[in-house]
Amino acid sequence: MFNKSQVIETIEMVEKEHLDIRTVTMGLSLLSCVRGNARETADAVYDHVMRKAQHLVPTAESLSRRYGIPIVNKRISVTPVSLITAAFPAESGLIGGALDRAARELGIDFLGGYSALVHKGTADYEEIFLRTIPEVLAQTERLCSSVNVGSSRSGINIDAVRLMGEIIKETAELTKDRDGLGCCKLVVFCNAVEDNPFMAGAFHGAGEADTVINVGVSGPGVVQHALSFVPDADLTDAAEVIKRTAFKITRAGQLIAKEAAECLGARFGIVDLSLAPTPARGDSVAHILEELGLEVVGCHGTTAALAMLNDAVKKGGVMASSRVGGLSGAFIPVSEDIGMIESAEKGRITIDKLEAMTCVCSVGLDMIAVPGDTPASTLSAIIADEAAIGMINNKTTAVRVIPAPGKKVGDSVNFGGLLGRAPVMPVHQGDASKFIGRGGLIPAPIHSFKN
Amino acid sequence: MRAVVTVTGSDRTGVIAGISGFLAKKNINIEDVSQTILGNQFAMIMMICVPESSDFSALADECAAYGKGIGMHVRLQHADIFDAMHNI
Repeated sequence: MFNKSQVIETIEMVEKEHLDIRTVTMGLSLLSCVRGNARETADAVYDHVMRKAQHLVPTAESLSRRYGIPIVNKRISVTPVSLITAAFPAESGLIGGALDRAARELGIDFLGGYSALVHKGTADYEEIFLRTIPEVLAQTERLCSSVNVGSSRSGINIDAVRLMGEIIKETAELTKDRDGLGCCKLVVFCNAVEDNPFMAGAFHGAGEADTVINVGVSGPGVVQHALSFVPDADLTDAAEVIKRTAFKITRAGQLIAKEAAECLGARFGIVDLSLAPTPARGDSVAHILEELGLEVVGCHGTTAALAMLNDAVKKGGVMASSRVGGLSGAFIPVSEDIGMIESAEKGRITIDKLEAMTCVCSVGLDMIAVPGDTPASTLSAIIADEAAIGMINNKTTAVRVIPAPGKKVGDSVNFGGLLGRAPVMPVHQGDASKFIGRGGLIPAPIHSFKN
Repeated sequence: MRAVVTVTGSDRTGVIAGISGFLAKKNINIEDVSQTILGNQFAMIMMICVPESSDFSALADECAAYGKGIGMHVRLQHADIFDAMHNI
């Protein structure tokens, strides 16, 4: 049973503190859709997604009304497309187009899985697939792409890292009329997870069941609000407040995930415990860190505060959900968090500090605009650094950078909506092209040998 | 189905009577009521029992629409959300 103050607390979380379910994501296997040629495969993929996900949006909206909790996004993740187009990789764009059309017709804002897993080596068909990404992202609206270039078990595929630097540059160029928007839909991972409900990095792993519901919760505003009541608490007590709040947020996600899976005839996959910000005021992870006592996110102490936040969210969330997975932690995208945007605009947070922060949280260098003339090899080197952090620390890391065409430091880009806006941040000028150009595989770290 | 109705807004006459009548017409039994006035702000929480055969989401929409009609904010939420968030 619950009491009146708990009813009021829940309603205030929703109405004043931006509590919401960030995404209900249906994971779909496309392995049964492979046909003899690309056209027939694309048709089969379209029919399969339309049939399996036809009730996703209405069901999520009905659950939202039933429980009085907004469900912001309804999304789909699919089997990495490179796996189903191995026989005709150059025509993978046909499948990408079919997925984009299905997403549009179903009323889904993003569909993830135009992806490849090349962490140990790049097959010929995968390289051809990877080279289709820029054009496909330029021609589609809702399709998202991700590429896994490294893992703690296998090391880092530097040949793929080098290629992804070029692909990011080309994607930006092909969408230069929209500030390089295509790059917002492209993530490069190390240790990618197979059940991530968040975009742009969601895909449905080959080890997953046929149809799965994964839910991503949110609620940075709720955590910040709870901390505002304990301004003088020591950090142990502050961590306890975060844990308790994360528990409540996650329980809402768990309830929605189970109900949605049951209504949709799918398996309940996981609840992702991430704190996901939006550009709206009062929905910022950066402001939680400032609530803990930092003058501005990016100053010394930020990494420690973020480590504590991330850990406390996990501890509270794990207790609240029977199945936890995905990325689970605090997201620190620049353009999608008003606190990050404002700090970056004042030059108070740098790409180096962001890199340090990714050592202690999920997921990586996210939604960062860099000068349009940044060389592909520098983008590859940024990816390599981030992948190394993931590989050595046994965690997921990712890079989603936008080399904004024609823009330089001091300019800004504006993608609108949840993707937000970002100032163009400086990158280091030293040349890493020789290092990246060596290619090959950075061998797996010694601690990967656990068998 | 156990559910919670919350009503907030500027105080005026007839709010409780109106909401109660609205729920009675839907064959909804009110099991507990708590109401207070803070300043000029009216706030009420009702524990209710909704027939199992009801379309709960549609009923939530009707409650919100009724509230709009009388200038109040009326929410109907399934009780499971409060149980989930506040009980282990």
